Amino acid sequence: MSLGSVMSSQKLLREEPSQAVSADMVAVAKKQRLQDFFFHRVTQAFSLLVLAALLGIIFSLFVNAWPTFQKFGFHFLWRVEWDIVNEEFGAAIAIVGTMASAGIALLLAVPLAFGVAVFLTETCPVWLRRPLGTSIELLAAVPSIIYGMFGLFVFAPLFADYLQVPLQKILGGMPLVGFLFGGATNGMGILAAGIVLAFMVLPFVAAVMRDVFEITPPILRESAYGLGCTTWEVVRKVVLPYTQKGVIGGIMLGLGRALGETMAVTFVIGNANRMPTSLFSPGTSIASVLANEFGEAEDLHFSTLFALGFLLFVITFVVLAMAKMMIMRAEKAKGN
Amino acid sequence: MEMNNQLYTKRRIVSSLGLAFSMAAMAVGLAVLLWILYVLFANGLSALDGNLLTSDTPAPGTDGGGLRNAIVGSLMIVGLTVLVSTPVGILAGVYLTEYGDESKTAELTRFVTDIMLSAPSIVLGLFVYAIAVATVGNFSGYAGSLALSLIAVPVIMRTTENMLRLVPGSLREAAFALGAPRWKVSTFITLRAAKSGVMTGLLLAVARISGETAPLLFTALNNQFFSTNMGAPMANLPVVIFQFAMSPYDNWVRLAWAGALLITLTVLVLNVLARVFFRDKVSS
Repeated sequence: MSLGSVMSSQKLLREEPSQAVSADMVAVAKKQRLQDFFFHRVTQAFSLLVLAALLGIIFSLFVNAWPTFQKFGFHFLWRVEWDIVNEEFGAAIAIVGTMASAGIALLLAVPLAFGVAVFLTETCPVWLRRPLGTSIELLAAVPSIIYGMFGLFVFAPLFADYLQVPLQKILGGMPLVGFLFGGATNGMGILAAGIVLAFMVLPFVAAVMRDVFEITPPILRESAYGLGCTTWEVVRKVVLPYTQKGVIGGIMLGLGRALGETMAVTFVIGNANRMPTSLFSPGTSIASVLANEFGEAEDLHFSTLFALGFLLFVITFVVLAMAKMMIMRAEKAKGN
Repeated sequence: MEMNNQLYTKRRIVSSLGLAFSMAAMAVGLAVLLWILYVLFANGLSALDGNLLTSDTPAPGTDGGGLRNAIVGSLMIVGLTVLVSTPVGILAGVYLTEYGDESKTAELTRFVTDIMLSAPSIVLGLFVYAIAVATVGNFSGYAGSLALSLIAVPVIMRTTENMLRLVPGSLREAAFALGAPRWKVSTFITLRAAKSGVMTGLLLAVARISGETAPLLFTALNNQFFSTNMGAPMANLPVVIFQFAMSPYDNWVRLAWAGALLITLTVLVLNVLARVFFRDKVSS
């Protein structure tokens, strides 16, 4: 429509440049400018919804958590109590459980993810790269509740029989580290949750590492090979230093995922509101406390759960923001 | 010239060990995927019968029953989420591409969107509980959709933006040269050129939200009975799986496996479809 009118007015313009024609063109241009203005504002409003959601989340969690923060203050962070009847609450048990399970997950997943990324970028035959890369991405797409069920019904019994019992026998009596392997060997607990989380986080970290490994300029690799480096030396001494920031970003992305994961953890962590004393003892994480107790929570218990949610959101937000900045910097380095 | 053979052999061995480790890591990754699929089929297939689609979730401790109410509930909740998030996500993605380089706000929006992609989903559920359940007074399918939208919109937004950026600038310039206004160029030229890429984003978003459990726990809750009323608590597959899998009843656990198999297959098929769409786009 507008295209046609512009063309016809151009034709007229060639024949006789009159006031009327240019007024017509001005009208079209005005209309288009108005349409563009609305388009700009409407799309902008939609994109701002995300920012509004972020502010809304922080605000509403904080408001609902206020009674708890008011009562316990900063002590809430390291109080160990969790007494629903007497309304005495502290975040320490859940925070320790969250950090420990996520830490174990990363400890296991990062080396494996590094191996997967190295395989996909260096050793894998080219025709296999796509199907294998896709299958790692599919592993990342499996819903977390499936990891949870898998952990509870399949992994936990095997873990109890083939890992917990032997580990306790061999390492349980050792000084200094022995206490880590004490407790019941029923397959549940912090370590089991960490391992199931590791399965879940592995594909996320591996995918980021693969992507940043691929941005290493081929000339760097080729020069290293030309100097006689072995494949492993190229990876360790050229690719890894070059992509350091992106790799750390990928690890932190995995950490963010692991900290906030609910379902994969809830099924196997044991859900006990006690401070864990060993790797085998049942514990709880912030997300699992929320999933288990929110339905029946009232009054101060209710606002305490919001306080835990607020803490979890702030912690993961900071971790993910740092991850994002690292990855962005790594990608910018590629541009230069 | 003499070569230090001993050193060379050592370096070769270290390299081989490293590569063997990387191969082992890949094998672990693949094994986990195959293991999970095997477990799902082994446990879920036996419960996949006609009843699954025709009867509702059984009462605790009883035999038989199916997942009809949960499947219908999930379809409705996810359907509404897609209906709402698609226009929002696509238009927001258009904004980030068309005006994203010009403003600081757009840059901030992009950054926040990337974080929201990985934000703990249970906290999103908590947020929606506070604004859409506590204020209304009851759990509802609408609240569930709202919680899922908070995950779907960022996914659609970022894929749309990435796909629009792949559209060659000359296409845009040609349209501008013909005198087309900016809104027409963005909607009728670039968005149309990136159609299949945007579809990819939609499919990935559906795949992502159809398995999400945590955001539905405090929003849609669950319903033992068949219901199509989205203003009331609504049964949905993830929450039913969660409840049934944690229960002591064999029949419930059996149905949980069937539901888990259904969800995983849906999610994986959607992911593969999304890749096919994207490949068509890249090759054409």
